[in-house]
Amino acid sequence: MITLEKRAGPSKVWAFATPLLAVALTMIVGGILFAVLGKDPFETIRTIFLDPLFSEFAWFYRPQLLIKGAPLVLIAIGLSFGFRAGVWNIGAEGQYIMGAICGAAVGLALYPMESRLIFPLMVLAGAFGGWAWAMVPGILRVKFGTNEILVSLMLVYVAEQMLASMALGAMRNPEGMGFPGSRNLAQYPSAANLELIKDSGMHWGIVAALIAVIFAYVTLSRHIFGFQVRLTGQSPRAAKFASVNPARMILICLGISGALAGMAGLFEVAGPAGQISIDFNVGYGFTAIIVAFLGRLHPIGILLAGGLMALTYIGGEIAQSNLGLPGAAIQLLQGMLLFFLLAVDVLTNYRIKFGKGGTV
Amino acid sequence: MTLKTLLAGATLALGFASGAFADAHQTKVGFVYVGPVGDGGWTYEHNQARLAVEAEFGDAVETVFVESVPEGPDAERVMSQMALGGADLIFTTSFGYMDPTINVAAKFPDVKFEHATGFKRADNVSTYSARFYEGRAVQGHIAGQMTTSNVIGYIGSFPIPEVVRGINAAYIHAKAVNPDVEFKIVWAYTWFDPAKEAEAASVLIEQGADVILQHTDSTAPQAAAQSAGNVVTFGQASDMAEFGPFPRVSSIIDNWAPYYIARTRAVMDGTWTSTDTWDGIGAGMVGIGEISSAVPAEIKASAEALRDSLADGSYHAFTGPVNKQDGSAWLADGETADDGTLAGMNFYVEGITGDVPQ
Repeated sequence: MITLEKRAGPSKVWAFATPLLAVALTMIVGGILFAVLGKDPFETIRTIFLDPLFSEFAWFYRPQLLIKGAPLVLIAIGLSFGFRAGVWNIGAEGQYIMGAICGAAVGLALYPMESRLIFPLMVLAGAFGGWAWAMVPGILRVKFGTNEILVSLMLVYVAEQMLASMALGAMRNPEGMGFPGSRNLAQYPSAANLELIKDSGMHWGIVAALIAVIFAYVTLSRHIFGFQVRLTGQSPRAAKFASVNPARMILICLGISGALAGMAGLFEVAGPAGQISIDFNVGYGFTAIIVAFLGRLHPIGILLAGGLMALTYIGGEIAQSNLGLPGAAIQLLQGMLLFFLLAVDVLTNYRIKFGKGGTV
Repeated sequence: MTLKTLLAGATLALGFASGAFADAHQTKVGFVYVGPVGDGGWTYEHNQARLAVEAEFGDAVETVFVESVPEGPDAERVMSQMALGGADLIFTTSFGYMDPTINVAAKFPDVKFEHATGFKRADNVSTYSARFYEGRAVQGHIAGQMTTSNVIGYIGSFPIPEVVRGINAAYIHAKAVNPDVEFKIVWAYTWFDPAKEAEAASVLIEQGADVILQHTDSTAPQAAAQSAGNVVTFGQASDMAEFGPFPRVSSIIDNWAPYYIARTRAVMDGTWTSTDTWDGIGAGMVGIGEISSAVPAEIKASAEALRDSLADGSYHAFTGPVNKQDGSAWLADGETADDGTLAGMNFYVEGITGDVPQ
């Protein structure tokens, strides 16, 4: 008989091993799924996980991994502060949209002026937009005790409507022949978030993501604020005694995640996407939640998890176009990853015991 | 560059080559889809045309596709991937792929691109679209006579000229046969989202609509109408015959196969040039699905006559007198709309209530 026994404390070894185990299980079950779909499982797994890095066209895919991974990492880092402190910001997608709208608004308002100050201003406006949108659930929670999960999630849909209205109205390209969508910021030198080194994929968003990882690492491990965040998450009562102000903690955590999500939106709209369009957002804000948990809410873990998630997107597209794998199979694979992670997480807190039940 | 070559060589040696080397004689054609191939509508028909290309050329052509590609930077990557994978011709089948197509085409001057429903072209980018509004005219003609509540519901996707044009064409022809008709328009802001589409249909039915026209691609509105029992629908993009003879009484069918085959052949012959194609019922790009037995014979006959007059060019779906919504004159008596105005249409005609979202 197999029983589960609670560990005295979370296992350090398993805390590191479970994400790897989850990836391995995903590959195995994914492989079986692909075999059932009539594809060679080894070739498919190799295409998804290795081709973007090592194939003939890897020089094209590697920069794409950075472009796809950076917003995920940037948003997930922000979310990890709140998630550690028990502040559940589910609406990063909305903050991402609002950041893009506010940042793009600055750029579009100044068009066609050229100045080195425009892009930094846009970044600030983007961060402000995301921060302000996150403050809505924050203030409602602090003042009226509303549930920030629901409020932040619902505000995603409000932000989507705002986005549509901007693309169709205020920000519509006057030279766009009546079609929705703003001017292309990527074609406006002062506002463009272009590659810093040609063909490297490296744009300011990737730099920002790396800085955020380092900043988060230092804050969480070396700074009193990091200690307070962890304490609030583990034991809100103890945190109170340590004179942590819970309201302040909620606002700071939501503020950080909102600002980073807003910046991610700005870097995306000024670079790879180029314009405010009705369907500008493609779910980075939601996928980042998976990335944050897959990375154990640890900055380095999030960096790796963001890379892995980007890999499944890009490898998944290669598998679709080269092997004819259906798109839904890729989404299933990504879902499996989170599912297995949550499932094997039990090993961190419990020990599996084999043998007869009843022995105490 | 040397590093690149080195890496490529190394990966080859390791046997990691993706196997994307196309046969030198084989023409590779790529398709980028906005929805899943099983959407039963827009993407389904593009995929049918892809299969028709395969059937036509057999082993001389290889086709590849990626489905459910978001309109934005992801689309750009998918197209680049196809071009790198050796595609000679790439069909990008949604309006939102316009800028990505232009960007990628600039990087791959030897690859030919075909962008559906857009207006930006380049030396290696053609555009093509169908005059769906001709089909909408026939729908409006039937819908105006089938309604008893005089309320026709319309599920719009995005307020872009193509969709606004469809609403206007349907309204003008519904009004012509039923002066009391009223249009209720719901914008779904999606091309394909069964849940949202079903919700939009239910809202319209609750508001008294007994005919639902849709410019979204799933069959969800058909199912919603079926369960309501007394609501008429039309198939969109695809025949959706499984919902006939009622609620689906007719349909607009996109038939891309002849165009795709012709363009593939042009690439094979080396005669491909950048063009702008906008074909309607006459050229066979727009088909009117079988008008079902639920439609009275005289309505069916007049609808078919309308279809035939649109096909042979004796009648234009936008023929004056037509005023704009604000009452200002647009088309004088007997005047027909020019393609330029139609291509950028962002206003309603007189009689439609509500505003084009902006």
